[in-house]
Amino acid sequence: MRKVVVTGMGIVSPLGIGLETNWKAIQEGKSGIAPIFLFDDPSGLATQFAGQVPDFDAAQWMTPPEVRRYDRFLHLAVAAGLEAVEHSGLVIDDSNAKRVGCIVGVGLGGMPSLEQTISTRIATQKYRRVSPFFIPGLIANMAPGLLSIYTGARGENWTATSACASANHAFGAALRSIQAGACDAVIAGGAEAVVVPTTIAGFNAMKALSTRNDSPETASRPFDKDRDGFVLGEGAGFLMLEAEEMATARGATIYGELAGFGATGDAHHITAPRPDGSGAVDALEMALADGGLNKEDIGYINAHGTSTPANDVMETRAIKTVFGDHAHSLAVSSTKSMTGHLLGAAAAVEAIYSLMAIRDGVLPPTINHFEADPECDLDYVANEARQAKVTAALSNSLGFGGTNAAVAFRSY
Amino acid sequence: MSLDAKVTEIIAENLGVPAESVTPDKSFEELGADSLAVVELVMAFEDEFDIELDDGDAASLKTVQQTIDFVKNITA
Repeated sequence: MRKVVVTGMGIVSPLGIGLETNWKAIQEGKSGIAPIFLFDDPSGLATQFAGQVPDFDAAQWMTPPEVRRYDRFLHLAVAAGLEAVEHSGLVIDDSNAKRVGCIVGVGLGGMPSLEQTISTRIATQKYRRVSPFFIPGLIANMAPGLLSIYTGARGENWTATSACASANHAFGAALRSIQAGACDAVIAGGAEAVVVPTTIAGFNAMKALSTRNDSPETASRPFDKDRDGFVLGEGAGFLMLEAEEMATARGATIYGELAGFGATGDAHHITAPRPDGSGAVDALEMALADGGLNKEDIGYINAHGTSTPANDVMETRAIKTVFGDHAHSLAVSSTKSMTGHLLGAAAAVEAIYSLMAIRDGVLPPTINHFEADPECDLDYVANEARQAKVTAALSNSLGFGGTNAAVAFRSY
Repeated sequence: MSLDAKVTEIIAENLGVPAESVTPDKSFEELGADSLAVVELVMAFEDEFDIELDDGDAASLKTVQQTIDFVKNITA
């Protein structure tokens, strides 16, 4: 079977715009969480902070009419997707366009457009004033749609949606597509931008978000004893995935191999994971087996690590079940401590951080780790990045609906 | 601002083209508008001039000059 390698990466997150900016912030253990500035007056909301992409001007990537017509998640998707393509050096032209796909994980889609149109047009019965770009500007699969228009990629083009695991499913589908020979390369990733009152009110109703309004920067504290929920974030991340022989033939720089993918469903509850983490266990084991990896090969796990009371205990249990004694000799961290939870884009940026850990031999930290939860007793790379050679890493994601998806990367 | 200039400005801004390219003889299509952009443009005229176009009116407007004439007529 063909090997699939990573030849390009692109990212926008609350830690900034671009790959090296992000990686520097991760190594410095910076928080990207701040009081809400993307909309006015969050004072009535239980949570008044989020991970927001700072200083993002979509007009750098598209024309003013396009900026106006497309929802913010599309702006972020285009910025990160084009960076990944450019970073890879792959020239998409008539000779290969139909062999290059685009698969993007999106959890919620154009919530800001939906909210704005309902509040300013529908609630006031101005039905005739709904923009003709309302629908195309908010549908989830416009992310790969726009990327294909901007890059010329004409292979399979679609969106994977599985809440917070969306981007890992996109990577898994891309892996299979290239392995099977349907595509030779896939621009794969995730995008999400839903920092609007509707989303926050919805997650607040579930008691899912941290409400630490007096200290936004320390609110996302995965595996910490006093964690009180996740912190909503936004962003996009993309990998250029290519068949090994195509990448080597053109002399591309290879950042790692997407070695394996595993995915399961819980059949348990709409939002709560199985307490024993068995759905996650099975997904992690599948990813290892799929990648031909031994447990001892794994030096780093980028955990789902949401900072909710339930997730972090369950995920710790799952890692211990999968790895046994080796669970205590590998490093686990949650970069959500710095970015917040990017939902459909979470696994996308976390794949990139995992690949950078492999590239540079640096483990991303879990910041805001003040006091260990007795039930969370692994090495979480507390508070400071650490140097360590990593030959293989896992990136784990779970989503509402009881969906579990993990990917395995190997150094190349 | 004259009505001609206002129409020109709305077209330029909505379609993202330089104002000097919006000459009277140009059609919206020539200025890069697809069918969705034309609908959006008509809405912008409706908002700006506080008018309402039925589908027949909207379909009849294909060029800059036709739009200027139509707006002049209806707001006269």
